[in-house]
Formats: sequence, C-alpha cells, structure tokens
Amino acid sequence: MIQQIPLSWYLIFAAMLFCVGLFGALARKNAIAILMGIELMLNAVNVNILAFWRFLYSDGVGGMVFVAVVFAAAAAEAAVGLALIISIYRRRNTVVADDIDLMKG
Amino acid sequence: MSTEMLIWLIPLPPLLAFALIVLFTYKKHALSHWIAVSAAGLSWLGSMVVFFSAAGKEGLSHEPFRSFINWLPTQRNFLQIGVQIDPLSAVMVFFVAWTVLMIFIYSIGYHNYGQPKGTADHPGLPPHGAALKKHKETGGMVPSVEPMYARFFALISLFAFAMFTLVVSDNLLTLYIGWELMGFCSYFLIGFWYAKPSARDAAVKAFLTTRVGDVFMLLGLVLLYSQTGSLSYADTLANPVVIEELAKHSSGILGLSIAGLIGLLIFIGVIGKSAQFPLHVWLPDAMEGPTPVSAMIHAATMVSAGVYLAIRVFPLISAGWEPGHALTPTMVVLASIGAFTALFAATIALAQNDIKRVLAYSTISQLGYMIAALGIGAYVAATFHLVMHAFFKALLFLGSGSVIHGVEHGVYHTGEHVDPQNMFNMGGLRKKMPVTFWTFLLGGLALSGFPLVTAGFWSKDEILSYAFKGDYFIVFVVLAVAALLTAFYTARQITLTFLGEARTKASSHAVESVKVMIIPLIILAVFAVTAGWSGIPQGFPLFGGILPNWFEEFVGSMVKESAPHGAGESGSLVPLLTSLVVSLGGLALGWWVYKDVRAGMNDPLERVLGRFYPLIKNKYYIDEFYQAAFIKPAIWIADKVAYQFLDKFLIDGFLHAVAKGTWRLGVIFRNFFDIPVVNGTGDAIGKGTQGLGDVLRKMQTGKIQQYMILSLLVVILVGVLFYLYFLLGRV
Repeated sequence: MIQQIPLSWYLIFAAMLFCVGLFGALARKNAIAILMGIELMLNAVNVNILAFWRFLYSDGVGGMVFVAVVFAAAAAEAAVGLALIISIYRRRNTVVADDIDLMKG
Repeated sequence: MSTEMLIWLIPLPPLLAFALIVLFTYKKHALSHWIAVSAAGLSWLGSMVVFFSAAGKEGLSHEPFRSFINWLPTQRNFLQIGVQIDPLSAVMVFFVAWTVLMIFIYSIGYHNYGQPKGTADHPGLPPHGAALKKHKETGGMVPSVEPMYARFFALISLFAFAMFTLVVSDNLLTLYIGWELMGFCSYFLIGFWYAKPSARDAAVKAFLTTRVGDVFMLLGLVLLYSQTGSLSYADTLANPVVIEELAKHSSGILGLSIAGLIGLLIFIGVIGKSAQFPLHVWLPDAMEGPTPVSAMIHAATMVSAGVYLAIRVFPLISAGWEPGHALTPTMVVLASIGAFTALFAATIALAQNDIKRVLAYSTISQLGYMIAALGIGAYVAATFHLVMHAFFKALLFLGSGSVIHGVEHGVYHTGEHVDPQNMFNMGGLRKKMPVTFWTFLLGGLALSGFPLVTAGFWSKDEILSYAFKGDYFIVFVVLAVAALLTAFYTARQITLTFLGEARTKASSHAVESVKVMIIPLIILAVFAVTAGWSGIPQGFPLFGGILPNWFEEFVGSMVKESAPHGAGESGSLVPLLTSLVVSLGGLALGWWVYKDVRAGMNDPLERVLGRFYPLIKNKYYIDEFYQAAFIKPAIWIADKVAYQFLDKFLIDGFLHAVAKGTWRLGVIFRNFFDIPVVNGTGDAIGKGTQGLGDVLRKMQTGKIQQYMILSLLVVILVGVLFYLYFLLGRV
C-alpha cells in the first residue's frame, strides 16, 4: 500500500493558500488582484472540502457536489466582478479599489 | 254635478293657473294670460251657476249649500274644511267673480300686450316705452310691454284663488287661510315693480299694517275656538244657542261679553284689512302697484274681504242686541270707527292730486260707511253697499288706469315730462277718451250717490235712512257730511280729468285705450247702474215696488228682521232729501269750483280752506306721526337695545369672554405641556437618531478593503469568543 499523504498536509496547504488569498484580497490595490485573491480563498475552501471528503466521507459524492457548486458560484462571481470592474474602468479610468468610494457615508 | 261639488271647484282654476304659469308658461305672454283669463272665466262660470241656484232656492239662509270634510284631528273631534253658500256668500261670489274676470281681461291691455319690448325696460320697473323706427324723426315713443307680464298674471290668479277660498269657506279657519294668502299676494303685487323703492316700502307697509290687525284677529279666532270648540259658521255664528251663551258671560275685559270681545278682536283684523282708521295708512300707498292690482285690492278682494268678515261675524258683534235697543259696546266701536273713517278719509281725498290716491281715500271712506252701517245694525244695507261699491270702485280704478294709460301715451308721444297720474296735468280728456269718460262718469256718479239711476244712490240712501230711522243721529250727520264731501271730490276729479281744456301737451295727445281695456269698463258700468235696482226699498216714493226688493229679502233672511225697516218705511222724507241734497249739491259745487282751472293754477281749495289745506294735503300727518311714534322708536330699540346692548354687549361680550378664556387655557397648555413634553419627546427622538447617524457614518468609508479588514477582525473576534466559550465551557 502506498504511503498516503496525510490529511494534515492538505489542511496546512489549504490554510496557506487561504492566507495568500486573504492577503491578496486585503493588501492589493488593483481590484482585479482582489478578485484573484478571492478566487484563491475559494479554491482553498475547495481543497479543504475535498480533503475532508476523501478522508472522512469517501463513500458518498457530497464533497464533489459541493465543490462543483462552489466552482459555479466562483465562476459566476468572477464574471460579474470582472464586468463591474470593466464598467468602472470605462467610467472612472481606474481599477484602484481605494479610489472607488462612491458609497462613502 | 251637485251644487256643493261645484262650490268646491270654484276657487281651484285660478290656483291651477298660478301653478301652470309659474312652473311652465312664464316665458310665454299670450299663453300665460290665456291660462289666467280662462281660469278666471271658469271660476266665473261656476260662480254664476252657484249664484243662480242659490238665488232660486227657498230658505237658503237656514239650509245653505254646505259640504265639508274632516281635516286636522284635534283631541275630541276634527277641524273641518268645507264650503258653504248662503245668501251672504252668494252675493259675494257674484260680485267677486264678475270683478275678478273684468280685472283679468283688462290687465291684458293695461300691461300693453302686443306692444314691442321696451328699449330700456327692466324687470321690476314699470315699462318705459319703446322707440319705433317710423317714429324716429319725431323722437316719439310708444308704450312697451310689461317685462314681467306672466308673473303678474300668476300673482293675480293666486290672489283670486285666495279671495274665492275666503268667500266660499264654511268656517273661519279656511277663511283665515284665504285672508292671509291675500296679505301675501297684496305684498307681492303692491311691490310688483320692486325696483322702485317707493313700491318696495309700500309693499312692506301694507303687509305689516294688515299684520297688526291679523294678530288680533287670530286671537279672536282662538278665543272663539276655545269657547265653542268649533270655527264653522254653522256651529257658531249661525247657532243662536251658542251666540246667546257667549253673550251671557262676561269676559272680564272692558265690560264686554265674550261674544263682544271675540267680535271686537276679529274687528281689529277687519280694521287692518279694510283700512279703517287708525290702520288705514297702507291703502293709499298701495297705489304704487299696477292699477289692475289697485282695482283688485279695492274692489274684488282685500278690502271687501275685510267688510265681508265683519258682516259674517255680525252675530257675534251684535250678540245680545235687539233692534231698536241700545247698541252693544262692540257695535258702538264699529259705528264710531266707521263713521269717523268715512268723514276723515273723505276730507283727505279733497286735497289729493293723484287720480288713484283720490280713489284710494274714497275707498277708505266708503268702507267706513259700510262699517258704520254694520255698527248701527244695518246688516243688509252694509252688504248692499259692499256689493255696489265693489262694482263701481272696480270701474273707477280700471277707468283711472285707462286715463293714466291715455295720458302716458301722450307723454310718450310728446316727450313732455309730466306725471301722468296728476289730475292737474289732465283736462279735456272727454273728447280724447269718450268711452273711458262716460264709464268713469257713471262710476263717479255711483260713488257720489247720484239719485235714482246709479247703484251707489240706493245703497247709500239705505244706510242713511237706516241711521235716521234708528235715531243714530250723530252717525247720520257724519255720514251725510261724508257723502257731501264724496260728491264734491268726485266732481273735482271728473272735472279736472275730463272736462275743460287740456292743461298739458301730453293730455291733449292722449288716446282712447284698447278694446280689451274698455270692454270691461262698459260691463262694469252696466253693473254700476243696474245692480242698485235689485235693492230698491218697497216704501220708496214713486219707484218703490216697481221692482221687488230682492236684495233685502235674500240677504235679509240671514238676520232677524230689523225693526227700523218695514216699520218706518213710509216715514220721514228727511234721509231721502238729505241724500239728494248732499249728492247733487256736492257734485254741483265740485264742478263749479273746478270748472275753470287752467294750466299752472293752484288748487282753488287752497285759498278757501286756508290753514286747513296743508293738514289734509298731508293726510293729517298720520304717516309722520306713525314714523315718529312707532317706526323711529322701533328702529331705536332695534339699534340701541337689541343691537348695541343685547347683541353687541351681552351676547358678543359673553362669546368674547369664552373665547378669551379658552385662548388663555390654550396658551397654558402650550407652554407647559405641548412644548416641553410632546414636542420635547419628538425632538429628542429625532436628535438622537441624527447623532447616532453622525457617529455611524464615519464607519462608512466606501473603501472595500477597509470593510473586509473589519469583517476579518469581527470574524477573528467571534472566533476567539467561540474558542474561549468552548474552552471555558469544557472546563
């Protein structure tokens, strides 16, 4: 039997991927980069879901279904987000997140 | 159809005509007068049928035509309305129907039917005349049609309805309804030209003056009802038991019996309606209305109704009196007021220059005659004079309207501005207006009692002879003097109007009136002559007995036969000679004094009477006296007491105090409750919300990454809390 990669490795990898995504989302000025950070965090979640499913509940397909749903949501989110950013760019000629503060109270 | 049924129908056509004209045909002149005249014609027809069947019935006074229905339930029985024709109402209905019909027909011409519309005419003002194209070069005008033509016919129809109702009524209640309706109609018709202030004032004056009498009359009716429980003639006036009972008991007022008191109260109503002193002031002013209205008021309706009522309640007035004995106090009141009014009004008539005003005062005077006759018990003579007077006074008024019309025509033609009613602006009209002249002459002779040929002679002579034979010497003398004055002012009127030469250009251009006006004059003139032949006393020298004294027999059956008649028929010739002398003498004197009056001359009487002349010219200053004694104080009370004190001071003061108190209370509530508590709470909630918002808006930076950091921090915080909770929870 081949030595399996233990669950904790997957989790650590997912946590690291999440932190990279979080950092990107919080620290980057470019709105597209923020979107990319969010994609990373979603994928970290996916990794987590798949890992838990493979190690704990491998007899069903629930984990894969969830991941597929997350992918769909992520794709939709990316499509809407990019469209919004393009629209903002056309109007205000910027993609810097801090400059887009129309909702300031 | 039974006679009773027919009597019910007599008053209805004019009422229907009134409704039709007012509701539907008021814009159509011809249709309106056709409706009114045919309604009057129907009533006339019914009246004639009823009159002749009444005249042909034996014992009518004991078994009158009567029919009644229950109307208003009272506690014990019903107030009834009904109709009744007895000899008295039969002769009433006869002359009312004739005069009403004549006046209706005459009105068509009087209101210039068929003439063009006036150029400057205005509803509420008499027509001013219309300029015609073909007359343009002379600047002449022709009379123009009355702007409110249909309205006139509607109102006189209602007037006629009221009079017919009053006459055919079988009780005092419906009589009173007709009575008051006439007051209402006279108000509207006297004020027919309501845009003239004088007409308005006259209308109010007529209404209020007659109202003074009506209040007392109503009191009399109430007293009668409370004593007998009925108002119908059959149960009260024609019931000797009831009358005797009422005559026996003293009323405790002025020593009158109850019957006497009721009679007196009702008689005060008569004073108002029939314009007796001191309530006579409205009648001359009523001349402000159109002339057919004057004829209506003076002959067919109003004043005749007053005397009719007095005759009707004669059993009450004379209760306890036997012919030949002392008069009852109420009869003394009637005799003195009547005789005084007869003389008093005759003197005023001497100095009036307005052709209609002379006739107005002569009406008052003649009504005084009737009342005086009634006061001395001459029941039949009073009724006779009432009927005769209605005919010749209607004739005289319509004649005077015709004269005014003719002179107005002259005024239009010449453009001369003279008063077409002033007799001093007339003269010589006999050639211009022959029919009017001859009919007016007959009417005037009847009024002055021209012997033998006129109706007025027979009726007046009967009153005088009754007064003489009954030894009412003062009444006899006063009435004889009044008759002399009557003849004098009638001669003055005829002489000034028709004889001599024209005193103005307008008068010389007068023309005869249209046929529709003079035909009624001719018919009434026939009555003014022949009506008197129905009542020639049997004992009259030469002529007595040629014709039966129908009137005496017919109406006389209403009362117990009175002593002076019959007994003293062939007695003294003094009253006959007196009436001959006063009437012929007065006429001759009047003619002689006025035959030479030229244009611009003063009234010859002015010189003769000296200081007395202004007094009668100004009607003894009675209007001025009433103005000072009643109207001014009434206005003063209204202003000072009612307005200034009651209204301004008491009521307004109270209201203002209430208002001020409420205002103060309001201020207190506002300052101590509304502003601090209610407003304070509201404001605090608003301010608090705003402050909170100010704090919270600082968080709303609009920068997405700051939100995310915040969310992260919250997530971490919540995570730590959860962690600590589970950690501690497990411990």
